[in-house]
Amino acid sequence: MIIGLDVGGTHTDVVLLSNESGLVNAAKVPTDPANLFHSVLAGLEEVTRGIAPGDINRVVLSTTLTTNAIVQNKLEPVGMVVCSGPGIDPELYRCGAHYHVVSGAIDHRGREIKPVNRDEIKTVANRLLQEGVRIVGVVGKFSPRNPAHELAIRDVLKDSFDRVFLGHQISGNLNFPRRIATAFLNAAVYPIHLKFYEAVRKSLDAKGLTLQIRILKADGGNMKFDASINFPGQTIFSGPAASVMGSIAFAPEKEDSLVMDIGGTTTDMAILVNRVPLLDPLGIEINNYKTLIRSIDTFSVGLGGDSAVTYSDGRFIIGPERLGPAMAYGGPAPTPTDALFILGRMNGGDRERAAKGIEPLAQALGLTVEAAAAEIFDSACRSLLSKAQDMIFRVNSHPVYTVNELLDGYKVTPKKILVLGGPAPYFAEQFRQVCDYEIEVVPRWSVANAIGAALARTTCEVVLFADTEQAIATAPNENFSRQIDPSFDGQSAVKIALELLREKAIGRGANPDYLEMEVLENQQFNMVRGFSTTGKNIRVKVQVKPGLIHGYDRLLEKIAAGL
Amino acid sequence: MLRAKNRTGLVFFPAFDWAISPTHPEREERLLYTQDQVFEEGLFDINGIKEFKPDLVTINDIQRVHFCVPDVWSVTTESHFISAGGAKTIGMAVLEKQVDRGFALVRPPGHHAMRVVHGARGFCNINIEAVMVEYLREAYPINRVAIVDTDCHHGDGTQDIYWHDPDTLFISIHQDGRTLYPGSGFMDELGGPTAIGKTINIPLPPHTSEEGFLYATEHVILPILEEFKPDIIINSAGQDNHFTDPITHMNFSAQGYATLTRLLKPDIAVLEGGYSIEGALPYVNVGIVLAMAGLDYSGVKEPDYEPERIRQSPEISRWIEDTSKIVLAAWRQRERIQEEQQASRQFIERSRNIFYDTDSIAETQKETIRVCRDCSGVFKIDSSSSRGLHILAIHIPRKACGKCVETGHHWFDTADAGGFDKVFLQDRTEDKFLERKNHAADR
Repeated sequence: MIIGLDVGGTHTDVVLLSNESGLVNAAKVPTDPANLFHSVLAGLEEVTRGIAPGDINRVVLSTTLTTNAIVQNKLEPVGMVVCSGPGIDPELYRCGAHYHVVSGAIDHRGREIKPVNRDEIKTVANRLLQEGVRIVGVVGKFSPRNPAHELAIRDVLKDSFDRVFLGHQISGNLNFPRRIATAFLNAAVYPIHLKFYEAVRKSLDAKGLTLQIRILKADGGNMKFDASINFPGQTIFSGPAASVMGSIAFAPEKEDSLVMDIGGTTTDMAILVNRVPLLDPLGIEINNYKTLIRSIDTFSVGLGGDSAVTYSDGRFIIGPERLGPAMAYGGPAPTPTDALFILGRMNGGDRERAAKGIEPLAQALGLTVEAAAAEIFDSACRSLLSKAQDMIFRVNSHPVYTVNELLDGYKVTPKKILVLGGPAPYFAEQFRQVCDYEIEVVPRWSVANAIGAALARTTCEVVLFADTEQAIATAPNENFSRQIDPSFDGQSAVKIALELLREKAIGRGANPDYLEMEVLENQQFNMVRGFSTTGKNIRVKVQVKPGLIHGYDRLLEKIAAGL
Repeated sequence: MLRAKNRTGLVFFPAFDWAISPTHPEREERLLYTQDQVFEEGLFDINGIKEFKPDLVTINDIQRVHFCVPDVWSVTTESHFISAGGAKTIGMAVLEKQVDRGFALVRPPGHHAMRVVHGARGFCNINIEAVMVEYLREAYPINRVAIVDTDCHHGDGTQDIYWHDPDTLFISIHQDGRTLYPGSGFMDELGGPTAIGKTINIPLPPHTSEEGFLYATEHVILPILEEFKPDIIINSAGQDNHFTDPITHMNFSAQGYATLTRLLKPDIAVLEGGYSIEGALPYVNVGIVLAMAGLDYSGVKEPDYEPERIRQSPEISRWIEDTSKIVLAAWRQRERIQEEQQASRQFIERSRNIFYDTDSIAETQKETIRVCRDCSGVFKIDSSSSRGLHILAIHIPRKACGKCVETGHHWFDTADAGGFDKVFLQDRTEDKFLERKNHAADR
């Protein structure tokens, strides 16, 4: 049996699944933001009651631990050592109070322009130690092309600090400012993540659950908890990813669809192409930090079931604030949920209170309370659909860099919207009346996120760079570097990249028998100097596609059938 | 947090799958290292810098500017439609005020493409700036346009297209034509008889460095722009004046290009040449983007940048001061020169030979312009090429008077189609393009 657990802002959703009976058990426990560890344990406790630990063979967690730490700025002090060389002033990318720019430079082909100065690093190290810093991030410009400077700096620092995070280990993609921010965030959430990990591990051991826990990442894949210690930043924004993964099985094949996860405060949207989520081309943005953290491309709109409703210029304004629950549930401000109570579509709350909340709005606009409620809910739905159009437009406006891609440009055209989250059925019903999309409520919509976490496969990416003029193939992200001869070509590069990917994926917990690997980029350029070809410059990017683990089709059929 | 002072739009289209030939300077690899540098510096992440996806231009956009012989598709590829489209996309973003300024970092380039196009010259097939400008003039309320060409090679294509247009100020600053392709762009090339002074050429001696370029910018280009008062300024931003460029002999730098951009304040910049793909382009492009965005570029330096080593000699400085004086003097006397040229003539003819180096085509042109006192004058070009094609191209300018419109149509209607493979008419007063074919040629 499999456990999927998703810690959300208000609730922690947890499910127990089995291939034989589908959804065996589902639970919602309140999230205690001050102690997520307790929320996790309470959730696990609730769902495994009466189940023998030995029957459980997979546990996947998705938590807001690191996200919260960053959003609330509860970050550990981190020493940053940044090696920039010429270009934009690296001081502009300062993260935290212990940020030091040191000498040394590497160019776009990975050639050293200026060496690092070990004495300078030692001076920085001493200062960091005096300031009580225990964790360091080291980032060099163009380190994914040549990590030598980051490694040299690490060698000076490694014995004096608890942990050193290196920029080139984060991603093979080029973006120096993002690499700095990502190294900083990884380092800054490392202690809290480690503490959480150890606490979970200990209490599961005590329960006799000795299997390897997995943790969900923002790209909709998971990794072993052990591996996450090196990349705690990858767990940021895993919540929206869980919901997307919970919808995948119900998306049409060979077609595009849009996922809409409607929560209390926000609605998160994502796009699926043939059941595969589109990834953000660069990485997560959180709290003004732009990162290289691989992520599903999600679009978050400040409009949910509990969004506060106001009015301005004769129109209702819904969100982006959430002041509390709906008035029908004792909250302080009218919400779309209150509108549903007035329209008689929802029951079980205080309709009178809801009406009281909406009345002043209705009066202001010269409407009856019922008409106002209808207008509010309609306007919420139309607003979400219009945001969905914006997202599709944005995705289709993404630049491409070859004539072929531009002319054959694939345009995302979703025909179906998959709706999940608490108020999913109510919104879906209204969507059907006001748009031409095919609308489907994801089965088990209120715990689909936890189901998604449970069934997500292990994902990762490898970037390989080869330069036959310099006779080298490197994937610094994988600690890989090899001498190559002039006959090395794109095909050889793809072969190596796939081998590295396979190794990496298995190491992170993937099932070796069902690895869905794909080549994302394979570019080969003849390097011409003067009028003769001097070498080839090859760039390859491969990934394990985000998707669901193999062998659970029966389970999904059962869930679709409502079991 | 880094925030652009000027909202700046970028189209980046490196055409990684297009080359003139595998080892040609205009090949797939050209913007590869620029891409690496632009990505690594995180330029697209800067608040206020926005990347746009290029739209393709249409056949109409091209025919508003060019007479393509025998037709548009025979002298272009898709990549030309995209590269001109990149410029157009940026132009639209600027005029619709989505951004304050924009830079189209696209290839292939276009500034050697003239009004009549039989093939590729100097790696160019269609003039991407002119295609953009004429579209913008059609779609938005702009009239006066200044194009400042800072490519190392004389922008002879753009000069040719705007030779007779008094509303377009074309300024080219380049390496002296006696020492470099295309061998033109001398100080006495001032524009046609109805647009004298609206073409300005500032030839610079080989080995000119930052001081020389910036001197000419401050002492010639800026004062002339100030007087011309353009609605928009376009920079044909070639980058081959760089000290590492393999096919030119200048000593300009990334710092110099960025400062020039800061001084020039172009609304729109369009990449032209530049073939030092590793040593120059990555740094020059980052410098230009930062300067356009109003950001500090003082740290953008090539690995081997030593200003002292590439500094120009005092002789060069004196030469440039003298050149500047002559150019300014001609600008100030433009009206007198124009009167002298026009005298009491009704039509003025000129004949020239044009060589298409990239495609090895020789063209012979005979051009006739009506010297009009009410507009810039209708003109026709009788053009034949070494490929055996013979055409007549008639251009009625945007603001043509009734008499010139009538003359243009009369020329078109009465031309002996038997004598030409094709007769073309660009009637810019109605944004129309007409052609007549010699049907005998089909048989």
